[in-house]
Amino acid sequence: MWKIINLNLFAWIFLPVCLMAQQKITGKITDSKKRPLPGANIAIKDTYDGGSSAADGTFSFTTDLKGEQTISVTLNGYRPFEQKINLNSPQVYNIVLKEVISQLNVVTISAGSFEASDERKGTVLKPLDIVSTAGAGADIVNALKTLPGTQQTNDREGLFVRGGTGYETQTFIDGLLVRNPFYSGLPDMPGRGRFSPFLFKGTTFSSGGYSAQYGQGLSSALILESQDLPERSSSSVGVSVIGASVGVDELSKDKKGSYGVEADYTNLGPYLDVVKSKFKPSVNPEIIGTSANFRRKTSSTGMLKFYGYGNWTHMGTYHPSLEYPGYNELFELRNQNVYTNLTYKERLGKGWRISSGLSFSSNTDDIHTDTLGKTAFTKINNLSSLTQARVMLTKSIGYYSSLRMGGEYQYGVEKGAFNSYHADYTDNYSAAFAEGDIYLTPQLVGRVGGRVEHSSVLAKTNFAPRVSLAYKMDAYSQVSLAYGDYYEKPEQQYLRFKPNMDYMKATHYIASVQRITGNYTLRVEAFYKKYHNLVKTSPDTSNGGTGYAKGIEFFWRDHKTFKNMDYWISYSYLDTKRNYLAYPYEVQPDFAAKHTLSVVYKYYVPSITTFFGATYSFSTGRPYYNPNLPDKQFMTQKTMDYNSLGLTVSYLTSIRKAFTVFVLSVSNIGNFKQVYGYRYSMDKLRREEITPNIPRFIYVGMFMNFGIDRRQDVINNL
Amino acid sequence: MKRILFALLFAGISSASMAQSAQYEGAMTKQIALLDDYNNFNPQKLQELANTFERIGAAEKTQWLPFYYAAYCNVMNAFLEKDQSKVDAVADKAAADIAIADTLSPKNDEVYVVKSLIASSRISVDPQSRGMQYGMEAANWQAEAAKINSENPRVYILQGQSLFYTPEQFGGNKAEAKKKFELALQKFSTFKPASSIAPHWGERQAQHLISQIK
Repeated sequence: MWKIINLNLFAWIFLPVCLMAQQKITGKITDSKKRPLPGANIAIKDTYDGGSSAADGTFSFTTDLKGEQTISVTLNGYRPFEQKINLNSPQVYNIVLKEVISQLNVVTISAGSFEASDERKGTVLKPLDIVSTAGAGADIVNALKTLPGTQQTNDREGLFVRGGTGYETQTFIDGLLVRNPFYSGLPDMPGRGRFSPFLFKGTTFSSGGYSAQYGQGLSSALILESQDLPERSSSSVGVSVIGASVGVDELSKDKKGSYGVEADYTNLGPYLDVVKSKFKPSVNPEIIGTSANFRRKTSSTGMLKFYGYGNWTHMGTYHPSLEYPGYNELFELRNQNVYTNLTYKERLGKGWRISSGLSFSSNTDDIHTDTLGKTAFTKINNLSSLTQARVMLTKSIGYYSSLRMGGEYQYGVEKGAFNSYHADYTDNYSAAFAEGDIYLTPQLVGRVGGRVEHSSVLAKTNFAPRVSLAYKMDAYSQVSLAYGDYYEKPEQQYLRFKPNMDYMKATHYIASVQRITGNYTLRVEAFYKKYHNLVKTSPDTSNGGTGYAKGIEFFWRDHKTFKNMDYWISYSYLDTKRNYLAYPYEVQPDFAAKHTLSVVYKYYVPSITTFFGATYSFSTGRPYYNPNLPDKQFMTQKTMDYNSLGLTVSYLTSIRKAFTVFVLSVSNIGNFKQVYGYRYSMDKLRREEITPNIPRFIYVGMFMNFGIDRRQDVINNL
Repeated sequence: MKRILFALLFAGISSASMAQSAQYEGAMTKQIALLDDYNNFNPQKLQELANTFERIGAAEKTQWLPFYYAAYCNVMNAFLEKDQSKVDAVADKAAADIAIADTLSPKNDEVYVVKSLIASSRISVDPQSRGMQYGMEAANWQAEAAKINSENPRVYILQGQSLFYTPEQFGGNKAEAKKKFELALQKFSTFKPASSIAPHWGERQAQHLISQIK
């Protein structure tokens, strides 16, 4: 009896063991190009049995299982693999895994554009790069002037891109056009950008070939994307040699809404008492600024944002008269600017998204000019306002492709008064666009789109096709091509007097190669741009102007080779000629330099928590007009080469609970002479150099932040 | 005889299910012992351990601990990764594992501790740009974990580590960090893991970091 039981028991206990003759399973995991894949997880499905692939892709494990089973292989970045296997006979498994399509290995359209974003991977710049570029003074446009394609035209307002004027670059905030993105300036002293880089989470600078979403820029688009909710409530105080600022940002308890208010006051008077400017100020330059924002999450995917800005400027100079030696010319400016922007974004389901916006802005310049004691004074009053609405719908198709379509409407009022003489006009501008980003494979994308625009003042309609193509060669490298037509209304000062002109037009052709690895970025881009219908002012105001620009540009950035050090180098070669305004024929215009080079260097010393930054810019001389030369030699003379070296030192510390940053920043530290051009008297006998009013600026400031850790922002806020 | 056979059969069934749970406990105990062995604290071993935990988790289907440990191994690998361009991919893996653990065991302080670690691991990719965003996220998960279980010593280790590794100018404070580590050790003296395979790491780290503070 016991024997039987024991036998039974033995059988019971040991039978499974007898069946469990161990089976060894080996093999190798590779990708589709036969490269070994280490770290893959190989398993007999629904059991613990399995192993990991080694550095050479091989694996080996034993199992007690028998018969038909499923082997599964998983590895991050690759599609899971499963296969039925029979464990009764030993076998070697060579398994090929297919890559998953992820953001990192999907091509994106990049020809012509530089993007700074924290959210998207593989961008060339980070938002912080814009604020931490030495010599840029936390000005977006000044920082972008260290990128290829831009000109060092610091005597004129705006961003001059690839042979285009400042007017040919448009600024967009959340898709809405900004009519006056710069402070009003004095002659030869352009105002800086109105908007702080800290307002934006993403900045895209396109030097050509940009999307059909954007119009009215012949050369370039500066596309700014505003911040979402702040991480935490905070307040800040800043004091510098030229002014002070305070700000509060409040995040609601439910973390779904926030509001913020800011105010700043700038007065250059005390500074100019110590450091004399070239021209004596007639009033102490003064700026009062305020802004308010409100943001609210309307659902898990919806966001409503408001931003409003008001600004008052008063400044003026005495300028020794070129026409009347011994006399002074007065130029005094009062500016008022209001900008508001309300946007709403939401996902509508089934792959549809909506983004819409309303904006109103108004800008008034009151200018008073006078050659003191010689002529009667002149009052100029310019008012421009822009009201606009925009809606865009986006539909995702498949994994990566998408379709965008939308429309916008702008009502612009332009009033100009010269003493009692008025020249006003209004324009109803409407546009519609449609565009598709079509992925033929994850590595090959085509963008095809078009834009139709109508302007009531011109009473004309245009159609602008745009096409881009990008192909990713490997994980790091891609090539891109872009083509497109770009239209823009003539500048306000010409339209005022001659409303029924035509659009100016530029056609872009761009080819670029870029390689972005974790350690460095290299980009080479060649372009050709053809101008049509540029504004001529001589003999009559017409659209008879022509021109072209072509060139090649290099960008190199390296932030790994040297510890705590980051630098980039941009070089642009530009060959451009145009016949516009009063030019007699096509020549290299007076805002374009043939060679431009920028080197930006950033170095952090952790032991003293101090950042050092330097920016060096160089460009060859620009042509200038000498009326004493015959027509044949129009604009053949060139100014001296341009050199500039800016330095910034930021020291971070904490004072009580407040995070504090001290900033010292010096522009043009070598005090290089910078000549942008020459201006001649009417009788051609006298000329003056156009040079910076304050050749070297020394800035010292302190910023304190309470509550939130906005240290990195503050560090670079100078 | 019948009765005996019946009894045996019955015992066999129950021991089969017992055996399965014993197999789980056994496998987990073995892997956790490997994880506790400091010699295995290298990228390759951690990767193997993460894979094994994932296999156990996939087979068990309802246990959160295997995914918790897989996430822990992966996030440690994210910290060890020297190539900054690869950190995110490893952290993504840890995040995928901990998301499963989170669904299997919602509102679990230990899960939040690992979520905090994952956020911290992402800072190293670009401290200047990411410090604020992920530093805040890490701190939020620490706060959430403390809300659920203020007796969890690992919460205080993480808080101490944040203070320890952040430069003083950025709000770091070694003396405060030491206090947190001491608090963590005090919590360890009373902390009883829910089981032998429940999370129990951290005491050694706390002692090591205290010894670094003069």
